[in-house]
Amino acid sequence: MYQYDEVDRRIVKERVAQFRDQTRRFLAGDLGADEFRILRLQNGLYIQRHAPMFRIAVPYGVLSSQQLRKLADIATRYDKGYGHFTTRHNLQLNWPKLEDVPQMLDELADVDMHAIQTSGNCIRNTSSDPLAGVAATEVADPRPWAEIYRQWSTFHPEFAYLPRKFKTAFAGGPDDAANVRIHDMGFQLVKNDADEIGFRVWVGGGLGRTPILAVVVKDFLPWQHLLSYSEAILRVYNRFGRRDNPYKARIKILVKALGTEVFAKQVEEEWAHFKDGPATLTEAEVARVSAHFTAPDYQALPAKDVQYEIALRDDKAFAKWVAHNVHAHKVSGYAAVTLSLKAPGLAPGDATSEQMLQVADLADRFGFGELRVTQAQNLVLPDVKLADLYLLWSQAGGAGLTTPTVGLLTDITCCPGGDFCDLANARSIPVANSIQEKFASLEDAEDVGSLKLNISGCMNACGHHHVGHIGILGVDKNDQEFYQITLGGAWGMEASLGKVIGPSVRASDVAGVVERVVGVYRNRRQTGERFIDTYRRIGMEEFKARAYEGVNTVAREIDHD
Amino acid sequence: MTKIIKNGQILKDDWLVLRVAEGQLPSEVKVPAGKVLVPLAVWLAHSDELTQRKHHGNDLGVWLAPEDDPAALLPHLNEFAVIALDFPVFRDGRGYSSAVLLRTRYGFKGELRAIGDVLKDQIFYLARVGFDAFAVREDKSIEDALASLKDFSEVYQGATDQPLPYFRRRAA
Repeated sequence: MYQYDEVDRRIVKERVAQFRDQTRRFLAGDLGADEFRILRLQNGLYIQRHAPMFRIAVPYGVLSSQQLRKLADIATRYDKGYGHFTTRHNLQLNWPKLEDVPQMLDELADVDMHAIQTSGNCIRNTSSDPLAGVAATEVADPRPWAEIYRQWSTFHPEFAYLPRKFKTAFAGGPDDAANVRIHDMGFQLVKNDADEIGFRVWVGGGLGRTPILAVVVKDFLPWQHLLSYSEAILRVYNRFGRRDNPYKARIKILVKALGTEVFAKQVEEEWAHFKDGPATLTEAEVARVSAHFTAPDYQALPAKDVQYEIALRDDKAFAKWVAHNVHAHKVSGYAAVTLSLKAPGLAPGDATSEQMLQVADLADRFGFGELRVTQAQNLVLPDVKLADLYLLWSQAGGAGLTTPTVGLLTDITCCPGGDFCDLANARSIPVANSIQEKFASLEDAEDVGSLKLNISGCMNACGHHHVGHIGILGVDKNDQEFYQITLGGAWGMEASLGKVIGPSVRASDVAGVVERVVGVYRNRRQTGERFIDTYRRIGMEEFKARAYEGVNTVAREIDHD
Repeated sequence: MTKIIKNGQILKDDWLVLRVAEGQLPSEVKVPAGKVLVPLAVWLAHSDELTQRKHHGNDLGVWLAPEDDPAALLPHLNEFAVIALDFPVFRDGRGYSSAVLLRTRYGFKGELRAIGDVLKDQIFYLARVGFDAFAVREDKSIEDALASLKDFSEVYQGATDQPLPYFRRRAA
């Protein structure tokens, strides 16, 4: 992974000093609440219902065991001993003290971590594919490009006060495990006919109140122009994005208003002025950054490991885990492993400090000391020997990290919701738990197969409910929690936005609705069809007809937004 | 007389910022004598008269609102001793892009001044995009603001103050 040099480290420390002074001035009354708000947000600090919420960046999801130990340590000493991994490679702490945050940042900086631009109307932490560098299908490793972009966007002087937040993703290839289509700007690595590397550039995606999927503004951008073209897009957005209404201020609204062609033309015209200027990337710089992402010291191993095969045959529980949580690797004899943060009954994406320490040890012992944080709110060890899988599984099981549900409907993606978040209209975690309980039998969940279920506690859509095959959105009706159900969302290159099935329901009815919706799928599926495939084939009607059976009619009369 | 930060120093300043009352037509505004920063609309309505003043040895100044296109000044750009960009509220970042355009695309060589809600915590970025003068908000310490020009000792990306990104300057 990328190793900071003296300059990288120095400017993060300078940022800490700057924020320490800003916090001091705020506490002394020299800096107004409105002025401080913008500054603290750009350092990851929200003021929330119970306490500040502090969002630490894990740029493009890559984390070392040493860094994870520090996160565990920070969560223990400054918080309640746990943290929440979000859908955008961040770790959130829910109970820090405002006056402690500068010191927390200082300690994070000791391991080259920070909370820079994890919130606020600026260029946010960069997303990528959790299997970057090990996925067999990738065109090129997205991590060096994400790091180059991270550096460029860090403290960018022109784009710190944008109309609204600006999220960027880098996908390594056609699979798009980075979800470029729900980001404000997405770069998908592609090759042209001459076998040269470049990017397909997507702009204007985003969920929230007005969900829109990104469109292509440039089919092939030669890699040299990554930064200059980004600058052109950001400048057009900064100048012409709406600032009169925060709900219409994302770049997606500008792209829609202008039309893709006109927007792309404005970007081209802007870009032409400095296209080959100093921001043009050099081979030397790309080589320098790429050198940090070379393959670890893999051993030459056969594609099959006898002990592993025997364990697969003899231990059914292990075999189940492998079937769901172990992923193909491009190097013979290795696999990537998801350590699940979806244990039933707990908050999806949460990890205790103790679990973080255990994962750090597992990463050191089995995976070159490196791990990934995924958009589906799990952790991944990207490089594990097949021969080590059984031992890893035994040890991770003791830490509660082997729930064998990756990709199943119980692998729920979920925001912290009303239990923690000030913005939420409704709680998310109890709803997630009620669905997990309904499908507690692994055989049952396996029979349903690949199904993405996402829950957001409000329209801000941190749980990405619009792109869940089944999406659940918390809404507030006269101070009561209700939940709106959507069907047919999908992410990656097959992305689509879910459609609302009908009236919102009470929390206690959600799991039943999900069960009946899944029942329709089970009845109507053809061989090999996933839930989303069946939905796309047969449409909404039958699902809608069954979903509300037995649901309290009072709740039914309460309409959605 | 107020103080501003100019080229990294605190100096006395005698420019007046002319603000037009709501409902007042720019053509009906009377521009006072002396060093005056006039709004773009007033400049457009009085450019002949103001250009005459320049011929008599008076410096010209204009200020732009966030939504004003700096290209509107183009034929006369370097007639201005001072162009100011107004920040009605510091979190409106359009002025940063206007500054970049004025400095790099249109080649403005005179003083580029930040006025309005100009605060210590934005001054480092403002300097990077090409401002060389800062009329710090009056209730704030200008000495404190000055110190923030040195908040960071190195930068990754090229900008007006340092066109070369760090990757082009790093020792080979």
